[in-house]
Amino acid sequence: MTPDGSPPAASLPQPNPSRRRSDVIERTLADISHALEHALFAEETARRNGLLQALDPRVKVLAMLALLLAVALSHSLAVIGGLYAVTLALAWASAIPLAFFVKRVWLFLPFFTGVIALPALFITPGPPLAQLPLGLAVTRAGVTTALFLLLRVSTSVSLGALLILTTPWNDVLKALSVLHVPDSFSLILGMTYRYIHLLLRTVSDMFLSRKSRVAGRLSGAEERRMVGASAGVLLGKSLHLSSEVYLAMQSRGYRSHSRVPGLAAFAMRRRDWSALLIAVALAAAAIVLGR
Amino acid sequence: MNNEPAFELRDVAFSYEGKQPALVNVSLTIHAGERVAILGSNGSGKSTLLKLLDGLYFPTQGVVRAYGQPLSEAAFDDDTFNFAFRRRVGLVFQDTDVQLFSPSVWEEVAFAPMQLSLKSGEVEARVDGALRALRIEGLRDRAPHRLSGGEKRRVALASVLALQPDVWLLDEPTAGLDPRSQCWLIDFIAEQGQAGKTVITATHNLSIVDAIAGRVFVFDESHRLAAQGTPEEILSNQELLLACNLSHAHRHRHADSGQEHSHPHSRPPAHAHDAESMRLTPEVQSPRHQTKELKDT
Repeated sequence: MTPDGSPPAASLPQPNPSRRRSDVIERTLADISHALEHALFAEETARRNGLLQALDPRVKVLAMLALLLAVALSHSLAVIGGLYAVTLALAWASAIPLAFFVKRVWLFLPFFTGVIALPALFITPGPPLAQLPLGLAVTRAGVTTALFLLLRVSTSVSLGALLILTTPWNDVLKALSVLHVPDSFSLILGMTYRYIHLLLRTVSDMFLSRKSRVAGRLSGAEERRMVGASAGVLLGKSLHLSSEVYLAMQSRGYRSHSRVPGLAAFAMRRRDWSALLIAVALAAAAIVLGR
Repeated sequence: MNNEPAFELRDVAFSYEGKQPALVNVSLTIHAGERVAILGSNGSGKSTLLKLLDGLYFPTQGVVRAYGQPLSEAAFDDDTFNFAFRRRVGLVFQDTDVQLFSPSVWEEVAFAPMQLSLKSGEVEARVDGALRALRIEGLRDRAPHRLSGGEKRRVALASVLALQPDVWLLDEPTAGLDPRSQCWLIDFIAEQGQAGKTVITATHNLSIVDAIAGRVFVFDESHRLAAQGTPEEILSNQELLLACNLSHAHRHRHADSGQEHSHPHSRPPAHAHDAESMRLTPEVQSPRHQTKELKDT
């Protein structure tokens, strides 16, 4: 008997790892946790002492745009490869773990770019490099086109990742003012980022509450119904949230033509000017050499 | 307190989408400099009342006046009126995630002063002053979604304090706060009252009422004003509190005598129950401290 007089609970079976559950609840919870971890890691790397972290966010935005332009305009694999090497060097100098940085870019590349690059191997006209069954042939021009695509995308994504991993998201938004992005647009982007976190936690709580009440396995139809119902509830919650947030803004005097906070006092120092000059010179050299 | 009415409601009714009544025939007056508590159970219309007082909702019937001026959509369409009203009245929402919509604490607190078209230096001075007053200078660059519940509440208060309002509207300010933060909040409300501010607090936390208010309005579950009076008058009226679902009766055993009896509780017990029940608030009870409605005992 237990201390409060109730009969003892029946013993629980020994957990068997081979019977591990893997359903939509587990997958969703894992994905949410992964997304939140990613955001947290980016915030943490942005606070580290590193080369890019020390620069004015506006310089980073402008430098990234200049180098993106160079990647897009260069017609030399060696030059684009060189720019990719520069991103790796900058990641290392900014205290970003290289393995993480490379994995972050290349893990998703096959899904998005590979799908486009793969057919180019076969359909680009030119002398065949290798003959495959079913009359398919990989052409030299096809390999070059696919390599260009993969290298351009990986270098561009790496440049974007460098900006995000070395700059607090809030500062990235403020830095957009240098491109004359309206403050109200930055405000909306900032609010979107802030409330995505809240809604992710809401979804996580919804699925955890489901998990605590699901004893068996759900069928495919039940899973689809549950996901649909959760999406509906989340939409309702987000609509309610948006109207309440607007009331909170109104309550503190917001009008559609109001000023919004956002223009923090960024100050350009000598090293910021030097960094900008180097980035622009590098981009110009890449464009000239890659012609 | 002076005799100038800050708010007057005459026969006010409000319903959501024209169907769901939230307030029914409410008439009341709140004077400038007064500290008032709006008491009512969940869903009795307290939050709706605060939004009416803040000119965010408008009555479907009757009139709400602030400093003698009727509050209407047309009135708030006038930028001058909107500016003057928003500068004087600040609302702290119950849900801090609604109130804190900016990407950083500094921007959150700067939001209201920016709407007042103040110069940058003055905005910074107000933000720094509010952060200092709430002792949250260390949070200035943090993202609101990374803060604890107590920190979020302080930032929400700072975001209104930077407005330097004459009227504070506080919606369930102690919700989700630990006891220490609740004590701090009560002191904050008292300070605002001593500074001559009008403080209107919606709550169902009876244990803080006499510390935060000189007058109490009680709403019942039919969304009507059931009573008004001093905290002593209201808190001693067990019949009223039971009828408005603000109190309950429970059965418990006294540790010393072993006797059992039932009686209503509207605040934490002042007398000795058994050791376990003494640690509990009225809302959280163990199986040994079971709630039992009066009608059942």
